[in-house]
Amino acid sequence: MAKVLMKGNEAVGAAAIKAGCKLFFGYPITPSSEIPEYISRALPEAGGVFLQAESEIAAINMVYGAGGAGARVMTASSSPGISLKQEGITYCAGAEIPCVIVNMMRGGPGLGSIQPGQADYFQATRGGGNGDYRTLCYAPASIQELVDYVMLAFDKADYYRNPVLICADGMIGQIMEAVELKDPEPMELPPKDWATTGTGGKRKPVVVNSLYLQAEELQEHNKHLIEKYKLMEENEVVYEAFGLEDAEVVCVAFGTTSRIVKTAIKQAQAKGIKVGMIRPITLWPFPYDVFKEIGDKAKGILTVEMSAGQMIDDVKIGIAGRLPVYFNGTQGGMVPTPGSILADIEKIAGGAK
Amino acid sequence: MTIVYEKSKGLTDVPFHYCPGCTHGVIHKLVAESLVELGVLDDAIGVAPVGCSVLAYKYFNCDMQEAAHGRAPAVATGIKRALPDKVVFTYQGDGDLASIGTAEVVHAAHRGEKITTIFVNNAIYGMTGGQMAPTTLVGQKTTTSPFGRDEAHCGKPIRISEMIATIDGAKFVERVTVDTPANIRKAKKAIKRAFECQLKGQGFALVEVLSSCPTNWGLTPLKALEWLRDNMIPYYPLGNFKDFGEGK
Repeated sequence: MAKVLMKGNEAVGAAAIKAGCKLFFGYPITPSSEIPEYISRALPEAGGVFLQAESEIAAINMVYGAGGAGARVMTASSSPGISLKQEGITYCAGAEIPCVIVNMMRGGPGLGSIQPGQADYFQATRGGGNGDYRTLCYAPASIQELVDYVMLAFDKADYYRNPVLICADGMIGQIMEAVELKDPEPMELPPKDWATTGTGGKRKPVVVNSLYLQAEELQEHNKHLIEKYKLMEENEVVYEAFGLEDAEVVCVAFGTTSRIVKTAIKQAQAKGIKVGMIRPITLWPFPYDVFKEIGDKAKGILTVEMSAGQMIDDVKIGIAGRLPVYFNGTQGGMVPTPGSILADIEKIAGGAK
Repeated sequence: MTIVYEKSKGLTDVPFHYCPGCTHGVIHKLVAESLVELGVLDDAIGVAPVGCSVLAYKYFNCDMQEAAHGRAPAVATGIKRALPDKVVFTYQGDGDLASIGTAEVVHAAHRGEKITTIFVNNAIYGMTGGQMAPTTLVGQKTTTSPFGRDEAHCGKPIRISEMIATIDGAKFVERVTVDTPANIRKAKKAIKRAFECQLKGQGFALVEVLSSCPTNWGLTPLKALEWLRDNMIPYYPLGNFKDFGEGK
C-alpha cells in the first residue's frame, strides 16, 4: 500500500481498524480528540461500534465489558483522562482482559496543559492503579511507529490477555507524516475460551473477575500474573540503540524527545564528539540490558525527557552506578531544544561534574 | 414422585453467603427463574456489583462479569454493544447504583441501553458493616449516621426509580418488594417484564427491589420486614413508573 499523509491521532484510528478493533469507547480531550472523531466516522463503516461515553471512567469500564466479551476494543485519551481510567486499567489487568489504551500525553500535574508532555511515565510503567500489575507500554517516535505499534498492541493484548498502552505525546498526536498501513504479521493467538459470550447451553459458565477473597487464592493469581509479566520482560523489550561501544556520551530519550536528541547528536558529531543513543520503544518492559553495551570511553549518560525526570530512575537502574546520569528536562508542555541538549552533551564530554 | 418445587436451573449449587433473613436470596431466585422461563439463560451475561451481592457471579448459572464499584451499567454497555443478541443484566445494590454509580446508570438509561438492571435497595451499606447509604431514611441510625440521618446535613434519600423514569431511554421502571408471597409474585412479574423489555429491543429497564437487612438494621428477619413495610414503602412507594406499553 502506498504511503498516505496522516495526522497522528487519525492514524491511530486507521491502524486500530486495520488491526480488527471492533469497538471504541472514549471521551473527548485535547490533544487526542481526533482519535474518537476519526473513529466515529470510520469504525461504523468497518462494521464496528463507536460510542462516546459519559466519562473516561465509563469508557474504560465499557472496554472492560467488551474486552471481557472477547471483542477487540480500544480507548484513547490524554493525561488527565488516562488518570481517570486507572481504576478500569487495574481491573482489566486483574481480570486479564485484553485491550488497547492510547495516551497522547500532555503537561501535568492536574489539568496541566494541552501541550505535549512525557510526565505520565511513572503512571504508565509503575501502574497508575492499585495492586501488583504491569502493562506492556509502547512509546512510538513517529507516525509510522505509531500505526505499527497500535496494530501490534492488539495482538500482544490478546496473546498475553493484558492491557497494552500506547504512550505517545501530544506532538505525535498532532503532527502529520507519511505513513504506510502495512498488513500486520499474522500471530498465533490463544482462543478466547474465557470470554463471556453466553454459554449457548454448550459449556459451563465463565466468569470475568479480579476478586479473590481467599488470600491464598489471590496470591496464586498474583503468581500467575507475575509469570506472565516475566515472559513479557524476556520477550517484549523493544529499543533502538546506536554508537554505544565508543560513545563519550550516551543520550537516552523516547518519543518526540528522541527526535530532538537525534538532531543534537548530529550537531555534536559534527563537533567531533562521539555520542551514542538508547531509545526505549517499550517503556515497560524497559531495556535495562542494553546499558551493558556502553563502552569504557563513556563519561556519562544524558537523559532527556519532557518531565521533571521520571525515566531517569530506570536509566539509573540500567547503568547500575557505573556512570553518572545527567538530566535535561522540560515541563509544562515545553519541548526541549537541540541547542540545550547539545550544550549538555558538550559539558559531559568535557568532563562535567 | 411429583416434583412440586425445585431450585431454579438459573442458579448454581454454590451456597449463598447472605445473612439469615436477607432477601438477596429471594431476589436472586426471581432473576434466575425469569431467565429460565424466558428461555434465555444460555444467552445471558450478568454483571455483578461491589457490595453484598459482589459474589453474585458465583450464584447465577450463566456467564458473568464482576464490575468495579458502580460501573456495572458501563460494563454491561460494553458487553451488549459487543454482543447485541445476548441478554445482558446488572445486579446492583444501593451504594453501588445510587451513590458511586449514579453517572453510569443514568447515562445507560439515557442512551436507551438495551440492558436490564436489578437494583436492590436496603437503605444501608451491608457489606462494609452498616454505613449510611444514599437511600438511608431520614432519622435512620447507621454506623456513619449514629444519631440518625439528618436531612439538613446530608439531604433526603434518593429515589432512583422516580428519577430514572424521567429519562426517555428508560422504557420499563418498577419498584417492588419481596416481603410477602404476594409481593414476591409481583416482583417476579416485574423482573420478567424488565427482561422482556430488553428482548423486544425497547430500551433500558430497571426494577428496584426494596430489600431488608436484618443484620445491619439490628432486627430479626420478621421485624426487619415489618420495618420495611412501615418505613421504606411510605417513602419508596411500590408500583410501575413506566412500561413500554405493548402487552401491558
